[in-house]
Amino acid sequence: MELFDIVIIGAGVIGNAVARELSRKNYTLAVLDKEADAGFGISSRNSGVVHSGIHYTPGSNRAILNIAGNAAMESLCRDLSVPFIRTGKLTIAASQEEQAALHELKEQGEANGVPGMEMMDSATMDQLQPGIAGTEGLYTPSTGIVNPMALTIALAEHAHLHGVSYRFLHKVIRITQVQDSRFQIESETPQGRSALETRMIINCAGMHADTIAKLCGYHQHTIYPCRGEYYVLDKRLDQSLNLLIYPVPGTHSSGLGIHLTKTVEGNILIGPSNEYIADRMDCSTTSEIMEMLKSEGKTLLPTLVTSDFIRSFSGLRPKLTPPDVGGFDDFVIRYQPACDSVIHVLGIESPGLTAAPAIGKKVAEMAHHILPVSEKPWRPDFPDIPGIYRRPYPASMYSLDERKALVDQDPDFGSIICRCEEISLAEVRSALKRMFGPLTYAGIKNRCRPMSGRCQGGFCMPRIAHILNGEWGIPHENHMLKGPDSVLYTGLLRDGE
Amino acid sequence: MDKNMIWDTAVIGAGPAGLSAALAAEHSGAQKVLLLERDSYLGGILPQCIHNGFGLHRFNEELTGSEYAHRDAELLANSSVTRLLRTFVTDIVNEGTEVILQVVRKGSIELVRAHSVVLAMGCRERTAGAISLAGTRPSGIFTAGTVQRFMNMQNISVGNRVLIVGSGDIGLIMARRLTLEGAQVLGVTEIMPFPGGLNRNIHQCLEDFNIPLYLSTGVAHVYGNHRLEGAVIAPLDDKGNLDIKHARDIHCDTILLSVGLIPENELSRRIGVELDPRTQGPLVNEAYMTSVPGVFACGNVLHVHDVADFVSEEAQAAGEAAARWAAKSRETGSSVHVKAGDGIRYVLPQRIDHQGPCTLSFRVSSPIESCRTTVGQEGKTLWKQNYIKLMPSEMIRIPLHIKKMSPLEVRCEPR
Repeated sequence: MELFDIVIIGAGVIGNAVARELSRKNYTLAVLDKEADAGFGISSRNSGVVHSGIHYTPGSNRAILNIAGNAAMESLCRDLSVPFIRTGKLTIAASQEEQAALHELKEQGEANGVPGMEMMDSATMDQLQPGIAGTEGLYTPSTGIVNPMALTIALAEHAHLHGVSYRFLHKVIRITQVQDSRFQIESETPQGRSALETRMIINCAGMHADTIAKLCGYHQHTIYPCRGEYYVLDKRLDQSLNLLIYPVPGTHSSGLGIHLTKTVEGNILIGPSNEYIADRMDCSTTSEIMEMLKSEGKTLLPTLVTSDFIRSFSGLRPKLTPPDVGGFDDFVIRYQPACDSVIHVLGIESPGLTAAPAIGKKVAEMAHHILPVSEKPWRPDFPDIPGIYRRPYPASMYSLDERKALVDQDPDFGSIICRCEEISLAEVRSALKRMFGPLTYAGIKNRCRPMSGRCQGGFCMPRIAHILNGEWGIPHENHMLKGPDSVLYTGLLRDGE
Repeated sequence: MDKNMIWDTAVIGAGPAGLSAALAAEHSGAQKVLLLERDSYLGGILPQCIHNGFGLHRFNEELTGSEYAHRDAELLANSSVTRLLRTFVTDIVNEGTEVILQVVRKGSIELVRAHSVVLAMGCRERTAGAISLAGTRPSGIFTAGTVQRFMNMQNISVGNRVLIVGSGDIGLIMARRLTLEGAQVLGVTEIMPFPGGLNRNIHQCLEDFNIPLYLSTGVAHVYGNHRLEGAVIAPLDDKGNLDIKHARDIHCDTILLSVGLIPENELSRRIGVELDPRTQGPLVNEAYMTSVPGVFACGNVLHVHDVADFVSEEAQAAGEAAARWAAKSRETGSSVHVKAGDGIRYVLPQRIDHQGPCTLSFRVSSPIESCRTTVGQEGKTLWKQNYIKLMPSEMIRIPLHIKKMSPLEVRCEPR
């Protein structure tokens, strides 16, 4: 049976950040995930905001790891060619009461070490974002935005580059301790059961981290899914938002309030709502909340028209506080009691994305403390590989001269596949080459953005079907959206061509 | 292409509108006409329309969409029009006397200059996001036109048990097409109390195949985490809300959305063309010139048509005008407004700049029986017609000769 030094369960942003940190050293490493690709769970379903750290109790894991993660994000994203923009953020008070809360936030931010904070009057705020309403605002220049899919995937690809083995479509169903303080991990896969052994386990299973903890014999925590629904708006509204604008959060709220968020590519998100639900797989959207988001959006952006709403989605927060308590609990990052070769990373809700780089480092140090090994040759970035396009943004977002240079390298940078986002054949091919798990449409979308624009794949999906079939020889009945259970087509209408 | 070349007329899109516009521009004397098409073939959406019903007005015979496109493509082959396929226009800038297009295709990104431009980009389908479809995001939810392309151009079948959401013409045509290919079409839902598509398609595509049409019915939510497993549909109560008590569960693995078309005006916005919120297309004059001098628009980018023949007719006028503009034959005058009055959803053109021939196109706001439609000017009736029944799905076109420069109003009232 295969034996690894360390197995990480969960290929979300946390699992991959841990994997990448551990890949600096001479471990044999594997990452298991029940989905077909990195980041198909909660890591890709959020606002993509890199928080400043004003919202968290001083001294908590959330405060410390958020500050460290925020500080590390810029160079990490540069190394991994992931889009990151330090937009800054205004948290806005609309009343005297909220102003008092705002000053408390600033004090908390100071205690946490948030850099560059500034209180602003309405006139100064209006200069930053014309037309803004509110009596006073707290400006945090260190807040930013990142593409959460790109970050999660790049961390995985970078770990993979340094020898980490990724096992997708592996749903962990049993963990047993075997001789020599090894563990056997059994997984369900489309090919049947599969088992491997490991000296250490790191549980980064996100929404399912409590389930995995229980499989390890650790029953301390329960995760409560709390859903947030979003709308994605057309890029034409990009200019209407200069920075992030949040209301002052309510004291007992489990979220940070509905707001507009810019994405790095220029879409605006409205959301998220905040609603505890029973089913931790349920990423549905509901008509009630979509109606609410729509009317909220029309208040915040008066020029919105129906065709500007291009997609709705929802994400889940893995909360450790039950619905009747609400609010937030701290991240749990710890050795399993009486079994320090298992590390649990639980309840990583907001600001998990921001904290991911710091959580990766912290957990890697914890693992190294138990299982010390030597360093190995390691580069922080990706090598240049012919046929692989690795830049933060789609080629179409660069200047005419830069695009011309790309077309000179590969003429198919001029062959447009996705008309809305102007994604080229060269970029789609590169995304397919980068995938080391099953080839899925969602995987292509998360890597290079076709099917993300205003027509939602109406134009490019038939073209992607053509590429996968024509260039990769995949029969149409095996084309899948997210995995083997979400096939897209039933096959050919007629035999032959 | 020669960098210093200035085209007389550049036409963006080679669907029925672009083809006719390019040919008409050439016939009207434009020497250098450039036709830019993003697909690998001419005709736009027509080649995937393998059903008949095309050409009745223009050729006096019944053709398929593919045959209709083929006729224009043959005319084009015998013309001097330069055509570029697999070519995208990604930006457009107005530089006073000429328009500059950023043109992207395999191996090249270049700037192209033209004296006049015809916007003929067509439209795109409204998506699940735009209609706030509630529920999960499994595979199996497509727009109707995309499935038409999958089936008719790429020989790919998408599902077995199909619900069609929205009764637009493409959805109706696809209900029949899927049935003929052995899929089970479980029904067509329509949120309005009347169908969105043409009457003939209701008869020929639904009734002839016993496919139920659920009017005043919406989708409460869809479900299935991986592949679509079903949809809950419910009638609307008198307040327009879904009546969940009378909901029914439709077990389907596929949904086709036929919930409307959105004129594709991203480029028009880039060059500053003013849009009409009702048509979602440019505001134009009687020669189909937009608010930007030298930039013309026709076909579905201007307003969504019901019949391709009318697209061609409209595009011909736009192409002729674009050629005249390129030849510097430009009269300027004062504009008068054309008003969509009672009972009219929209009317085109929205303004008239010159006396002379002018075709008005309009649709009624809601279905109306036994009505009188009029065009009035200064209290006088320029044109009138009685109809037994008019539907919003049907576009009316009337040729007029404008003698006086004063505002016009189109109205449709019960008789």
